[in-house]
Amino acid sequence: MITLNVNGRDYAIDADPTTPLLYVLRDDLRLNGAKFGCGLGQCGACTVIVDGETAYSCITPIAALAGRRIRTVEGLGTVERPSPLQQAFIDEQAAQCGYCIAGMIMRAQALLDRNPQPTDEEIRTHMQAGLCRCGTHMRILRAVRRAVGKPGSEAKA
Amino acid sequence: MKLRLLLAIIAASFGATTAWVVAGDALPPGLSTRPDRAMIDSGRVLATLGNCNVCHTAEGGATFAGGRPLATPFGTLYSTNITPDPATGIGRWSVEDFRRAMREGVAPDGRQLYPAFPYDHFARVDLRDIDAIYAYLMTRETVRASPPPNALRPPFGTRPLIAAWKLMYFHPEPIVADPSQSTEWNRGRYLVEGLAHCGACHSPRNAMGAEQSNRGLAGGDSEGWHAPPLDETSVAPNRWTADSLVIYLRSGFDEQHGASRGPMAPVTRNLANVPEADVRAIAIYIASLAGRSTTGPALAATREQLAATDVAPGHAQGALLYEGACASCHDRTLSGVQLEKSTAVTDVVPTNIIRVITDGLSPIDGEPSRSMPGFRGTFTAEQTAALVRYIRARYSRASPWPDVEVEVNKVRGERPPRSAS
Repeated sequence: MITLNVNGRDYAIDADPTTPLLYVLRDDLRLNGAKFGCGLGQCGACTVIVDGETAYSCITPIAALAGRRIRTVEGLGTVERPSPLQQAFIDEQAAQCGYCIAGMIMRAQALLDRNPQPTDEEIRTHMQAGLCRCGTHMRILRAVRRAVGKPGSEAKA
Repeated sequence: MKLRLLLAIIAASFGATTAWVVAGDALPPGLSTRPDRAMIDSGRVLATLGNCNVCHTAEGGATFAGGRPLATPFGTLYSTNITPDPATGIGRWSVEDFRRAMREGVAPDGRQLYPAFPYDHFARVDLRDIDAIYAYLMTRETVRASPPPNALRPPFGTRPLIAAWKLMYFHPEPIVADPSQSTEWNRGRYLVEGLAHCGACHSPRNAMGAEQSNRGLAGGDSEGWHAPPLDETSVAPNRWTADSLVIYLRSGFDEQHGASRGPMAPVTRNLANVPEADVRAIAIYIASLAGRSTTGPALAATREQLAATDVAPGHAQGALLYEGACASCHDRTLSGVQLEKSTAVTDVVPTNIIRVITDGLSPIDGEPSRSMPGFRGTFTAEQTAALVRYIRARYSRASPWPDVEVEVNKVRGERPPRSAS
């Protein structure tokens, strides 16, 4: 048994310690925000926050997570009361199919948590590890800019 | 020590204004006649072999326009603009000025140049080659840009000190051909010791930042990475051959050794764009040194080691983390480097493997390249150290690294501008 702290709640998990966190989130905890994309830590659809840093949950074994704080997109806000960052994504309509968006939001949240006023360059550099196959990157960047209080963008999508 | 090359020809004092000026057909003031095409082409190859672009181009900036920061133990230097802009670049330099900078480390106005600009190597380059590089640089697009001022700790901002440094450490000798070796070997040595300045990273340096000439290519430090030894102390588990070096140097990856990464990545990118004969010459020379190593092969993992699932008591946590996070690429598919072949695993220090695990390998813009996700968020410092110790024990016969935790904390204390985590 491993105890995982997800969005402030403790869960006792009975699974092989090498099981990827993503499987536990989706299959055991029914937290379906994080998505399985590539399974190789390369696309970012599964991104969550662990102790303040982004982590690819598809390649993070739960053995690494005892006693650590895990945040998923479900921990940010609800449909009725989205977090400011989620609201910014809604306002900028920064999704097409939406598959990458939970990962994108968590990636952006990790940046804002340690740097509430990032420059455009810092946003772009930080977000480059997230892939969107629909190509909504420009809207995603605008959403992050909006969330830091700089609506409008160097480039309209 | 974090010395890495950088040309500091003109102390910048103009602020960081940048503007584009198209040169058109006008010659820069330093040039009286347009050099012929063949000379410019030759200069392009030589400048690429010399990696001028690597230091003289800022992240996202115009090629050769300078402004790239270089952290040294003495403070931060910024590379200069070597485009032919008359005001902020080298447009007013004559070929004699350029030769003097390259071979003596002195700017046209008499200022001493910081030896981060590797004139200790360039002093050994034939004038004909230096003149070709001059012809190439003076016919590039003109960019008006001045680097930020250098930020060196006192007293290192005082340039006359460099003259004293030169008296002590700068005694270049011409590269004399060894008649007992092939033409290719001699060409390779000329490039390695001269323009390509491999020793700037791969040689140990003394406390004053000078290469320890008696220790050749015995390994050094570069921008937070370890540049492994290229001589007979090479730790590569598979002995380097000229063929594997050609593959590695031209593609940035050789499956018998691993991926080029950190400060080596732009070097292998450049070597993909020069004639193969030059890369083969370099490979033949380096293989004649590193290929003699008995150190590396003696560190290679045994079959018994590879068959063990848990190599030794004390590695249970590392083994578990490896199984959960690493094995799917590195063992069960062939997409990852097989770690028993990796120089990072047998290296004298754990720096490189810790950097790769922590921040991954970012793919190179616009090119097919090796990539690996970073595990900065996945693992704690303590878990990273356990994993590194396990990999060393399981995939090599090398003795355990001391101070893995110290190195992990150092790497985690720095955050690269761009990472794959």
